[in-house]
Amino acid sequence: METMLSYDWGAMTPEFIIFGTAVLLSIFDLFAPKQFNRRLLALLGLTGIILAFVSLLSLMGQETISILYDTFKLDSFAIAFKLLLLAGSALVILLAHSYEPKEGMQEYRGEFYYLFLAALLGAMIMSSSGDLITLFVGLELLSISSYILAGMRKKNLQSNESAMKYIINGGISTAVTLFGMSYLYGLTGTTNLKEMSEGMVGVFDSQFQYLFGLAFFMILVGLSFKIAAAPFHMWAPDVYQGAPTPVTAFLSVISKTAGFVIIYRILISLYITAPGDSIGALTFLEKNGVYLAFIAGITMITGNVIALRQRNIKRLFAYSSIAQAGYVLVAVATLGGGAFLFDTVWFYLLAYLLMNLGALAVIQLLTDRSGSEDVSEFSGLYKRSPVLSVTMAIFILSLAGIPGTAGFIGKLNIILGAFAAEPGHYVLASIMMGVTVVSYFYYFGIMTQMFFRPSATNEKMKVPGGIAVVLTVCAAGTVLFGIAPNLPLDFLHGHFGDFSDFFE
Amino acid sequence: MNTILLTLLVFSPLLGMLLMFLVPKTDEKNLKMLGFLSTVPALLISLYLYIQYATGTDLSRFSIKVDWFRFGNLKSYDPNLFAVDYELAVDGFSLIMVLLTSILATLAAIASMYIKKEWKGYFMLFLLLEIGMLGVFTAQNLILFFIFFEITLIPMFFLIGKWGYLEKEKAAYSFLIYNGLSSAILLIVIMILFARTGTSNIEALRHIMTVGGVSLFAPISDPMKYALLIALLAAFGIKLPIFPFHTWMLRVHVQAPPSIVMIHAGVLLKIGAFGLIRFGMGIFPEQFRDIAFIIAVLGVINLLYGAFLALIQTDFKMVLAYSSISHMGIVLIGLGALNEAGIQGAIFQVVSHGLIAALLFFLVGVMHERFGTSKINDLGGLAKILPVTSGFLLAGAMASLGLPGMSGFVSEFMAFLGLFKEEPVLAAVGALGIILTAVYLLRAVLGMTFGKTKSMSFEGISEIKGIEFAPVLVLLGLIVGIGVYPAILSEPLQATLEAIMLGIGG
Repeated sequence: METMLSYDWGAMTPEFIIFGTAVLLSIFDLFAPKQFNRRLLALLGLTGIILAFVSLLSLMGQETISILYDTFKLDSFAIAFKLLLLAGSALVILLAHSYEPKEGMQEYRGEFYYLFLAALLGAMIMSSSGDLITLFVGLELLSISSYILAGMRKKNLQSNESAMKYIINGGISTAVTLFGMSYLYGLTGTTNLKEMSEGMVGVFDSQFQYLFGLAFFMILVGLSFKIAAAPFHMWAPDVYQGAPTPVTAFLSVISKTAGFVIIYRILISLYITAPGDSIGALTFLEKNGVYLAFIAGITMITGNVIALRQRNIKRLFAYSSIAQAGYVLVAVATLGGGAFLFDTVWFYLLAYLLMNLGALAVIQLLTDRSGSEDVSEFSGLYKRSPVLSVTMAIFILSLAGIPGTAGFIGKLNIILGAFAAEPGHYVLASIMMGVTVVSYFYYFGIMTQMFFRPSATNEKMKVPGGIAVVLTVCAAGTVLFGIAPNLPLDFLHGHFGDFSDFFE
Repeated sequence: MNTILLTLLVFSPLLGMLLMFLVPKTDEKNLKMLGFLSTVPALLISLYLYIQYATGTDLSRFSIKVDWFRFGNLKSYDPNLFAVDYELAVDGFSLIMVLLTSILATLAAIASMYIKKEWKGYFMLFLLLEIGMLGVFTAQNLILFFIFFEITLIPMFFLIGKWGYLEKEKAAYSFLIYNGLSSAILLIVIMILFARTGTSNIEALRHIMTVGGVSLFAPISDPMKYALLIALLAAFGIKLPIFPFHTWMLRVHVQAPPSIVMIHAGVLLKIGAFGLIRFGMGIFPEQFRDIAFIIAVLGVINLLYGAFLALIQTDFKMVLAYSSISHMGIVLIGLGALNEAGIQGAIFQVVSHGLIAALLFFLVGVMHERFGTSKINDLGGLAKILPVTSGFLLAGAMASLGLPGMSGFVSEFMAFLGLFKEEPVLAAVGALGIILTAVYLLRAVLGMTFGKTKSMSFEGISEIKGIEFAPVLVLLGLIVGIGVYPAILSEPLQATLEAIMLGIGG
């Protein structure tokens, strides 16, 4: 007889650890005395994340495990992206540990940590979902926790505005996604992604294909909100600017990675084999790839061009992260040229995680102290702290895609995929290169501030421990993976091969 | 056979960068000394290579090839598919460019004595720049080439923007954006080749594109080949620079500190010519033959445009900047001629202009240090106060305008010889440029040396002295050496030249 215990629950160990830590933290926060320094909770959270990371590593190298009637599966795709999510979260929680804004965070610090872990849990469940229901539950867990996180500074007007905008936009996008999903369920009669995909392969009737197309576009629109792709990016600058900086880091890195995960889980896995015309000469994605390409193109252009005019550094990085999502979308739209479907996106997200979290760590350090978020906060940083400014320069160079950094290799990989496809995506890749040059304007604008301009104060910078760790890890990773990209790439290919179990 | 000599050559400046950390940042004297010494190993190694070559050693025994990384999980299909190796090698042509680079880097390190602030950062960037330049000329695959190419970009941005003159930030941005655009176009070309053929090795690509018969990852059509070549021309054209993409280069020449302009005019602009010859002619010989006439026309335009505008400049730096544009025209003319004399002339011009421009800009630095200006009118009567400097200046100008017995003459003569063979009319028009060159250079130099003496006080201004002689004498020696005995250049070039001629079927 099959009971609850006969499932291989071991596959969920990382999720259980995160869940357990979150519960533990919330109880602790409830009963701990008021004067207890809740900052220590961050270290507990960090321990949980590290444990989850280690347990995930120990789960590698097994056959795909699928439990709970295929709703939760641990395949190589899930492991690879969970590694990113966990690594990113470990860095973000360190940022949060060192976060000291002028007002507004003291009394809610405990909540911050366990909500953060809940959001992480949602993202992890999404990466492992084999079913629309779990996928949606994971998505909602992530989203709802993020809405609260964005409004964490209750007495700060901008933080409130940010949470409000986020919840309204996020709600709409979730509704649209869900509407699209309901079409899928209605047409195939199942919520299981695998069965759904098997059902869709045999559909050559153009009427049905039209409905599948409708579902595709609705889900695409909904998820474009999640990854802040143009033209659905409007919320991002306001939310990123108003949210506490660690939350901005979380939204721009972890939440965005989760967005790409769900795009792969639903859109790619279902539609890559579904026929796109009545004779099955083209698959659905081949036929409609141009729409994805359009979104990728317009996202890159919007992000990079609007970033040119920004003076607020967090806003600037919001647009920069929109642009970066556009680059990743190029890889999705071109399907990595066929040969690089997963590793391109994984590597770019890894590079993006390191460089963007690093940059946001510096931003947090500078803006916390002064309360001002103007770009001129960076002026003369080289005089005040040469090490800090060189570290920031590494992140900026990586974001701009300059050789010697991980960002360059990531971009190279994306362009390679775009050109290796037949016919090549020349226009899309050229747009990407063109806007990369545009991005030099604002990225090097920060460099100008740091290195060429005189400083307003001569006050030396003191770097708190958490931020110091984040900066060290991110800078070392960015440079190491730029000079020796074979390390992560060989790791990926050695352990996960072609991700062939993704479609099984 | 693998050896680490070339790796040592390219990365030897790194040692200096590391040692810089040990020196306190206010210790001007030791920093300058260390900066200078850090460029010496590369110079010694490249001289050693040249001597080895001259005594008949095969340069291929210095090449190195190590696995680096690979894209995609395609190892089981083909172990080399989308693999990027770390591979360095030199042949005669790149050996000459390496030698030019290391000589100019050492001399520019000497000229860096005029740098007034933040020597530590300056020399670190300077040495990084040298790594990039040496790497560009020795890289054996396009990805590696591109990486080194971009490595030159970042230090230059800072060197111009921080240590330059009044409008330095604008010049730095202008440099960054134009060169960023050039790299973007270049990267598109490189990645199309890489993605479609599965390799970025220059030799392998040359084989695939000219001989064929290799199965590709995805096809490259004939129109695509033309598109790629034209994109290459645009990418390297911005770098060279070809009119109308030259405005950034004027700003850099005027705003950057003289030591950096020496490097910039001497080596960085030459990467454009190097790339056109290596990749344009090497990988797309047939297509290059079809557009050769256009290149020659562009060359003549460059030559005349630069010369005419140089005529009316009041700042000596501007004269030299326009003169650089004009002289790069001669490179294009030589390439456009597409025969042995022409191409040889083009390469000679690359080296010769590198040396001459470095010499003249060093002298600009010498004068700027003393008078704080490089305006021709302000410097009138220079010969009375600084007779020796004026003499050097005149010698440099003579070399630049192509006086027989100096390197400029050999290169211009050969480039035009080549073009007259193919397109006599065009060459005749271009020859006007030679006359103009003499006019604008003599006008500028005579204006400075014998012009009206200004009332400004020249008290306490000393003649060129001590270590300042070193760059001038070395450069002049090389210029005259090549002019009198061109074989020191033409012999290493012979093999490269033959390979190119074989490719274009001349």
